[in-house]
Amino acid sequence: MAVLSAFHGFLAGIGASVIGLLRATGALTLFAAQGIMHCFLPPWYWREVLRQMMRIGYFSLPVVGLTALFTGAVLALQIYIGGSRFNAEGVVASIVAIGIVRELGPVLGGLMVAGRVSAAIAAELGTMRVTEQIDALTTLSTNPFKYLVAPRLIAGVLTLPVLVAVADIIGIMGGFLVGVNRLNFNAGTYIANTVNFLEAGDILSGLYKAAAFGFIITLMGCYHGYNSGRGAQGVGTATTNAVVSASVLILAANYILTELFFST
Amino acid sequence: MTKPKIALKDVHKSFGAKQVLRGVTLDVMPSESMVVIGGSGTGKSITIKSVLGLVKPDRGEVWVDDIRADKARGARRDALLDKFGMLFQGGALFDSLKVWENVAFRLRRRLGRDEARDLAVEKLRRVGLGPENADLYPAELSGGMQKRVGLARAIADDPEIIFFDEPTTGLDPIMSDVINDLIREVVTEMGATALTITHDMTSVRRIADKVAMLHGGVIQWTGPVDDLETCGDPYIEQFINGRADGPIEALR
Ligand SMILES: Nc1ncnc2c1ncn2[C@@H]1O[C@H](COP(=O)(O)OP(=O)(O)O)[C@@H](O)[C@H]1O
Ligand SMILES: [Mg+2]
Repeated sequence: MAVLSAFHGFLAGIGASVIGLLRATGALTLFAAQGIMHCFLPPWYWREVLRQMMRIGYFSLPVVGLTALFTGAVLALQIYIGGSRFNAEGVVASIVAIGIVRELGPVLGGLMVAGRVSAAIAAELGTMRVTEQIDALTTLSTNPFKYLVAPRLIAGVLTLPVLVAVADIIGIMGGFLVGVNRLNFNAGTYIANTVNFLEAGDILSGLYKAAAFGFIITLMGCYHGYNSGRGAQGVGTATTNAVVSASVLILAANYILTELFFST
Repeated sequence: MTKPKIALKDVHKSFGAKQVLRGVTLDVMPSESMVVIGGSGTGKSITIKSVLGLVKPDRGEVWVDDIRADKARGARRDALLDKFGMLFQGGALFDSLKVWENVAFRLRRRLGRDEARDLAVEKLRRVGLGPENADLYPAELSGGMQKRVGLARAIADDPEIIFFDEPTTGLDPIMSDVINDLIREVVTEMGATALTITHDMTSVRRIADKVAMLHGGVIQWTGPVDDLETCGDPYIEQFINGRADGPIEALR
């Protein structure tokens, strides 16, 4: 009997979490659809969009740039170790470039920005929710989706590709510095190998990913902040959930997008 | 017979298992100053939020003029919200915007920057704040000043209906008096319909034409403020005398 009821409890527990997950997915989908809709419908708050682009893009440059620099440098060393049995000089430059541009630039850049930006957005909107500022917007005839959510989504989708393009350049430069100074490659040959092997598709696929990650990062920040629970604790939980869910979704989306680009 | 400006009919609202409103019915007449009193956590804020559509009632009807406020969507709802001004319990000032931008927030939709700013400064003066405050951020002001900025924002676009959620809570008696006077003034001068929430009996006597007492999720008593002392309602009696014993349980 006891075993049976424990089993029952176990099943009920699974059922409850599945229902909870479905409900959360539904709520998020609805939120995203509403957010996207308001990106395309007037009025637009361009001043807000610009302000968010500064916050999301410009102020993330140092973090993303440093991440890319060290990643490129490390990549060059590792590939040299693996590639020295073959023709190292030819391989390092092109693999660093392809690795950074297709994969590591967007993913690591996205994850770093996720930590910075989705947390900041969730904390800001969560505080606005808790202090009734979001309610106040509504009573002042301003739709919070238009004024708060849409500008952040637009800014995320537009700035992340730019950020990642900069990261690509800095990352390749990191590899170049290690290759030339540490591994004694010829600078001209290194650059030639980088340029010759890279295709427009490599760069573009990375930038598409970046746009998708920008959407995920800002959406998660907005969703968790907007639906923040009450009090300081509610805001804290919202912030944590925003970062965790943005990071996991970035990695999942990265796989799906890579599959898509891979098969075309 | 004039029709009520705001009418709540049998409004219910629960959060999970917790029934907050259990059939609130209340009429507010045009240009009347109605004050809702009741202990904390009895659902006073939820009541006015359900009029503004910030909270969806589970059951019941909310009417503003001839419009079903709880069912209004889109352009109808926008038109409805344009009639309202609201002073939130905590002020709810936008802390990323300057004081004057807060006050002018709604005006900016139809006025240019300079015009809106001038009008905002004028509204600030009206609530006793000098122009030197206009370019500060809300966080740089004291609690009483923030309340006054909130008040200026609520009245900035000359609304037909104004809600004040605990306008004097957390203020010293002198500042409370200033705010009470301001509310009375804007209501009589502008001819607006006002709904104020408070548990401060001094405020009630200063600003109310009519009083309604919310308890147990329903309006226990409503009537003119002059009848408050003599109505003989045990809930009112206990509340205005601030006694621990009576039909309202002190522990909840
Ligand atoms: N979003 C919410 N979720 C759950 N409970 C809520 C929510 N908003 C209000 N409540 C509960 O409803 C009750 C009434 O709240 P409120 O109207 O703010 O009270 P007050 O009369 O002090 O203004 C409180 O007990 C509060 O805990
Ligand atoms: Mg309240």
